Amino acid sequence: MLQYSLKRLLQGLVTVWFIATATFFAMHLVPGDPLTSDKAVTPDIRANLEAKYGLDKPLFTQYTIYLGNIVRGDFGISFTQKNREVNDIIREHFPVSATLGLLAILFAALGGVLWGALTALFRNRLPDIIIMFLVILGISVPSFVMAALAQLSLVNINSMFGVTVLPVGGWGTVAHMIAPSLVLGLGTMAYLTRLMRSSMLEIVNSDFVRTAKAKGLPATRIFSKHQLRNASLPVITVLGPAIASITTGGFVVELVFAIPGLGRYFVQAVQQLDYTVIMGTTVFYGAFLVFMVIAVDLVYGLIDPRVRLK
Amino acid sequence: MSQVLPPLSAADLAPVAVEQVAEVLTRPSLSYWQDAWIRLKANRRALISLWIVIALLLFTLLGPLLWTVDPSLQDLDQLSQPPGVDRTAILVLPYIPWHGESLDDPKDSTTDRLHIVGAADSQAVRLRWNHDLAAVGGYRIYRNIFPIGVEQAYGLPLVMSIRETWFEDRLDLKPRPYFYTVISLNELGEQVGEAQTIEVSLQRVITIEEARKRGLIKAGASPAIGTAVEIKLHPLGTDYLGRDLLARLMHGAQVSLFIGIVAPFLYVLMGVAYGAVAGFLGGAVDGLMMRFADFVVALPFLLFMILFKIMFGIGPGESGILPMLVAMIILSWPGTARLVRGQILQIREEGYIGASRLLGAKTPYLVMRHMIPNTMGVILVTLTFAVPSAIFTEAFLSFIGMGVAPPTPSWGSMCNEGIKTMLTTPHELIFPALLISITVLAFNLLGDGLRDALDARMRSRE
Repeated sequence: MLQYSLKRLLQGLVTVWFIATATFFAMHLVPGDPLTSDKAVTPDIRANLEAKYGLDKPLFTQYTIYLGNIVRGDFGISFTQKNREVNDIIREHFPVSATLGLLAILFAALGGVLWGALTALFRNRLPDIIIMFLVILGISVPSFVMAALAQLSLVNINSMFGVTVLPVGGWGTVAHMIAPSLVLGLGTMAYLTRLMRSSMLEIVNSDFVRTAKAKGLPATRIFSKHQLRNASLPVITVLGPAIASITTGGFVVELVFAIPGLGRYFVQAVQQLDYTVIMGTTVFYGAFLVFMVIAVDLVYGLIDPRVRLK
Repeated sequence: MSQVLPPLSAADLAPVAVEQVAEVLTRPSLSYWQDAWIRLKANRRALISLWIVIALLLFTLLGPLLWTVDPSLQDLDQLSQPPGVDRTAILVLPYIPWHGESLDDPKDSTTDRLHIVGAADSQAVRLRWNHDLAAVGGYRIYRNIFPIGVEQAYGLPLVMSIRETWFEDRLDLKPRPYFYTVISLNELGEQVGEAQTIEVSLQRVITIEEARKRGLIKAGASPAIGTAVEIKLHPLGTDYLGRDLLARLMHGAQVSLFIGIVAPFLYVLMGVAYGAVAGFLGGAVDGLMMRFADFVVALPFLLFMILFKIMFGIGPGESGILPMLVAMIILSWPGTARLVRGQILQIREEGYIGASRLLGAKTPYLVMRHMIPNTMGVILVTLTFAVPSAIFTEAFLSFIGMGVAPPTPSWGSMCNEGIKTMLTTPHELIFPALLISITVLAFNLLGDGLRDALDARMRSRE
C-alpha cells in the first residue's frame, strides 16, 4: 500500500513536470514576447529590459529558472495587473473555486447515488422514466445554458415572493453558494445517476442480495447495507475524472454567476493574454487535478477491500 | 439362350438416391454489420436519433441552399425580433415636419390633458398638452417601454421644453406600446403637480419609396397610401444586430458540426493508428508509448486547448477553426489509443491471427485486414460519443470568446450573444441552445444504440 502510494505520487510528480514543460514551451512558441507592447522601445532599452527579466539567456537556462521558480512555488507577476503576484491571485481566488467545486461534487455524488438507486428500484415505472428523462436533459444541455436558466428562474422566484430567496449572483454567504454549485454539479450528477442505475440493477439481481433476502433481513436494511453500498463503488472510481470536468465547468459557472473564483480569473487572463497568470493557473490546476485523481484512487483502495493496490 | 445386356453406362453405377428427410435448420448467414444493423433497427430511440442526425446534416448542408438569406445581412428594422411578430407595415407619405400646430383633429381641441396629435406610428409620435400655470420652469418629457408603476420610473428622459406645450418624438421608434409622461417643473427644475402619462401603441409604417427600395412592393406597381405591405420574413426572428436567426443557425451549424464531426474523426483515426502500433509491437515500445499517452491524458484539456490556441497566435476575438481542430486532435487521441491498444493486445492472441500468420500473412496485412476491422465496432462507438463532447468543447470555447470570432456564427457564440439579452429577447438564446442540446442528445442516444448493437461486452444493462 505504502509502496503503491509512493509510486503513484512519484508518477504524479513526473506528470506535473510534464505539464509544466509543455506549458513553458507552448507559451514560448507564442509569437511576440512580454516586451512587445504598444509603446515603441529603442533597441537599447529593449536589451536592458531583456537582461533584467532574463529573457536574453538561452532558452534552456530560462527553462531551468522557470522550473526552479515553480519548485519554490513562485509563478511570477501578473502582466496586466501591476505588482500582483500570480501566487496572490491563486491564494485569494482558489479557495472560492475549491469551495464551489467541493459543494458541486458533494451534490453530484449524493444526488447521483440517490437518484440512480431510485431509478433502479422503480425500474421502468414512472419515477424511473421521469428521472431518466431529466438525466438525459442534464447531459445534453450545455452548462452555460443551464446557468442562465437557473438565474432566470431565480429572478422569477425572487420577484414572485417579493424577497430574495436566493441571490442571483455574487459570492459570500451560504445562500450565494447554493444555486451555482447545483448548476455546476448537475451534468456530473446526471452522468453519475446513469452509472449508479446500471450498477444498482446489477446488484439487485446478485446472489448476496438474494441471500440477504432469504435470511429475512428487512428490505430497508438490504437497501442501505447491501445494495447501496456495493452499487456506489463505481461512482467513487469516476469521481477523479469528475473533479476535472467540474473544475473546467466551474469557469463558465463562475463567469455567469459573477463569482470571484480562479476559473473566472483564468478566463479573464486568457481574454487579456496575461501570460504569467495563464501559465501559473495552468500548472496549478494541472497539478491539482493530477493529485486529486491519485487521492481518489487511493481512497478507493481503502474503501473497497477487494481492490489490491499494487 | 442368353440375354444380351446393354453395356453398362455411368448412370447405372450411380448410387440410388435417398430422399433427404432430415430437417435443415439454417438462416441466411449474417455478417457482423448486418447483424448490428438489425439490432440497431430494433432500438427505437437509436433509430429516431439516427433520423435526427440525418435531419441535422440536411439542415446544415441543404439549408443554406433553400434559405438563401445572408447570415451577416443586418435588417435594421427588425432588431432582436422574436419569431412570429406582425410583419405588416402601412404605406404612408413621407414625413412632414410638425411645429405643434393643430392638425384639424377634433380630439385635439376637446381634450385638455396630454394627448396624441395625428396618427402615432413608427415615423413620429406627436404629443400635446395644455399649458400649466405652475410650470414656470417648463416641462420634461419621458418615454418608457413599461407601464409606470408605483415607483414612478418614467423611463428615458427625452427632452426639456421651456415654453412649448408640444413635443414630437422621432427617436428610434419601434412598433410597440410606449408610455409617455410629461411633468411640470418649477423654477428650480423640480416636479410640481401630478405627472401626466399616456399609453401609445405604434403602427409600423413605411414610405412607398422606402418599400420600393427594399423590394417589398413589386416593380411597376404603385399601391395606394394606407395599403398594408409585408416586411421581410425571419422565420426564427433576428438577433440584436437584425441578422436572420435561421440563416445564422444554418451557417453556425456548419462550424459546430464541422468541428463536432471532423475533429473526433481525425483524433479517433490518430488514436487508432497509435494504439494499433503500440498494441502490435508490444513490449518496451508499448510501455513507453502508453506512458506518453498517460501524460497527454493528464494535461488539463481545456486549459491546454486555450494554450494551444494562443500558441497558434490566435488571440481572443479572432476566428480560429483550424487551430481549434489541431488542438483537439493533439489533446484527445489518447483515449482511443488506449482502447484500441487493449483490443489489439487481445486480438493478437486469437487463433485466426495465428492461422493467418501460418498461411504467410505479413504484419501490415494482419493489422489492416484482421485487427482493425475487428476493433471497428468499438471505434465507431467511441466516435459517436466523441461528437457531443467536441460540440460542447466548441460551444464552451466560443462562449468564453476563444472559439469562432463574431462575423462567423457558431452555435456556441450565438449562445454567448443571446445570453446577454436573455431576459428581454429569450429567443436569441433558446434556438442555438436547443440545437446544441438536440444534437448532443441525438449523438448520445445513437451512441448508446450503437454500443448495444456493435459491442456485446459493453452492452448496457437496461
